[in-house]
Amino acid sequence: MNIIAKRKRFYGLSLVLIAIGLIALAVRGFNLGIDFKSGTIIELNLQESFTTGEVRDVLKPFGLESASIRSFGTSGTEVEIRTEILTDQQLTEIREAFRAKWPNLTSQVPAQVDPIFSLGLVRQALMALALASVGMIIYISWRFEFKFAIAAIVALLHDVLLVVGIFAVFQIEVNSEFIAAILTIVGYSINDTIVIFDRIRENQQLAKRRTDLGELVNQSVAQSISRTINTSVTTLLAIGAVLLFGGVTLRPLATALVVGVIVGTYSSIFIASSLWYDWKLREQARHA
Amino acid sequence: MGRRYDYLVALLAIVAALGGFIYFTWQPLTENIILGLDISGGISVLLEAVESEGSSKIDDDAMNRAVAIISNRVNSLGVAEPQIYREGSNRIRVALPKYGEKEGDQEKVMALLGQTALLEFRDMEGNVFLSGSNLRDAREQWDPNRGEAYVEIKLDNEGGRKMEEYTTANIGGFLFITLDGVTISQPGIKDAVGAEGVITGIPTLEEARNLAVMLRSGALPVALEIRDFRAVGPSLGTVSLQKSVYAGVIGIALVLLYMLITYRLFGLLADIALILYTYLTLWLLSLIGAALTLPGIAGLILGVGMAVDANVIIFERIKDELKQGRSLRGAVQAGFRRAMLTVLDSNVTTLIAGGVLYYFGTGPIRGFAVTLSLGIVVSMFTAVVFTRWLINLLVAANLTKSKAVLGVGEVAK
Repeated sequence: MNIIAKRKRFYGLSLVLIAIGLIALAVRGFNLGIDFKSGTIIELNLQESFTTGEVRDVLKPFGLESASIRSFGTSGTEVEIRTEILTDQQLTEIREAFRAKWPNLTSQVPAQVDPIFSLGLVRQALMALALASVGMIIYISWRFEFKFAIAAIVALLHDVLLVVGIFAVFQIEVNSEFIAAILTIVGYSINDTIVIFDRIRENQQLAKRRTDLGELVNQSVAQSISRTINTSVTTLLAIGAVLLFGGVTLRPLATALVVGVIVGTYSSIFIASSLWYDWKLREQARHA
Repeated sequence: MGRRYDYLVALLAIVAALGGFIYFTWQPLTENIILGLDISGGISVLLEAVESEGSSKIDDDAMNRAVAIISNRVNSLGVAEPQIYREGSNRIRVALPKYGEKEGDQEKVMALLGQTALLEFRDMEGNVFLSGSNLRDAREQWDPNRGEAYVEIKLDNEGGRKMEEYTTANIGGFLFITLDGVTISQPGIKDAVGAEGVITGIPTLEEARNLAVMLRSGALPVALEIRDFRAVGPSLGTVSLQKSVYAGVIGIALVLLYMLITYRLFGLLADIALILYTYLTLWLLSLIGAALTLPGIAGLILGVGMAVDANVIIFERIKDELKQGRSLRGAVQAGFRRAMLTVLDSNVTTLIAGGVLYYFGTGPIRGFAVTLSLGIVVSMFTAVVFTRWLINLLVAANLTKSKAVLGVGEVAK
């Protein structure tokens, strides 16, 4: 396994993927879930099957034909309508209009949602992550060396950008749980990277003075590869079960975690150690 | 010969005791876990304090008093375990589990919280001369002599001074008490009053009580607006819970199976430790009173997958040692020793992240940090300390010298 020899290819692959993701983010933005939009959500059980066209027709006189309409639940008779913020008066009129067409409908009290809470969370998470990175840099610099710390944090950033990009490209719904997913991915990825760095450190201490650095990195990655794969597999088995069987509500969260674990594993093997190697190489060249 | 079996018996006894303990305490444990609103169903409301004329400044004191007043109002709903707490510097979260199923319940909550009225005392021109935040208390009383009810009002020092100022200048006049600008009482001024006064001439005690309640609960120090209102039907939550628990059982079973196949007998011991991990994590979460939400369950399941990491690191090390021709006993010792540093460094790094998130985060981010850190600490115990214990007993029992216990029998020469 010669990762160091092929490292430029992996850098290239990552850069291309991140670029695609960021372009998608700039062009299409996120598919923001309810947590990040303000508006009113009306849930109705029409008690009979319907088409979204019929629902839209009822909304038209209120100037709400652009509202998002989707069916939910398993009965095929339940509809969720998301609009801008409506007044109580408007809501009553809309409900009456629906009742005229579907006399047996039942309704939930409409939800009012406001993104301030979730936006606050994002700000807070970013702040805390920046501070956590500083903390991790200090710890890794102390236990290993500064170059390991920076390589690990760059690999983290790589993972976060990739996951964010993938969500933008495939327009997977982004909810406030996405924040938790990103934080989890950070935790997982740093763990994965440190295990490999630990092996490099150990081999460095054992190695003779003139051992080739690239060979040493390759060897270290190879020695930890069964651990890296086995831990990824157990984590993916666990969260994959949530993705497949956990129901619709948990799907966006589980998707983010599955993607994050794969990306985190990839970066630990193919990116983090290579970054460290390149930096170390430059330093050696300077001293030579 | 006898000694060996002692170890085996000890090992089996530990496993049996653990199994029995978990089996008998499982039900009380799961019953004690508080379920989040997304599972139990209920109503969640986010209130935000907004600056308004005549209200107090939005500071810690004002917010804490607002929380107390909101709690008072919410208690009148009779919800079993309402949670009312501050979120950030200027918001209040009201969570009402298992509430809102009956027709009209949700409207009631809206009315109760939505019309978070601002109580004000106004002069005859309608100008505010005293805000409700100066009100300390209001109680209904019955005057048997006159056959009518009255409401006793207590103001704070500042309020008393302002009231005295106004009433002294306006004897024979009147004042308006308004909630959100709507007049709820218009008492005449018979005499100058200070910090303590009465509103008399109320025909029934019932009316007096209503007025007193309005005064007390209307005396919010700041105006609150509903920013977010969500109701979750209990049926939806139940289905979600069933699905996520089902997913959890499958996920954990797959992890157990994978460990067993990959690491054979050692995998089985890791599996026992993993079951203990799951139990301990749930127990600690219920102990600190954390509410279990759907994303929380997903996090727990993910944690199970990650918790075996320390086992994987250790077992891989032991395998390495075995391949280099060490005896099982020697390999186990060397493997644990060498893996220890790796496990510590990788977990401490993650713990640092968890600690910072806890320190600087609030609400869900803090909750996440707790779950993350808890999982790491518990897994360090179960996957390192507990597993080591079991493995030492197994090795001491000397059942086999075969390296097949770790699935490397074929590889080793």
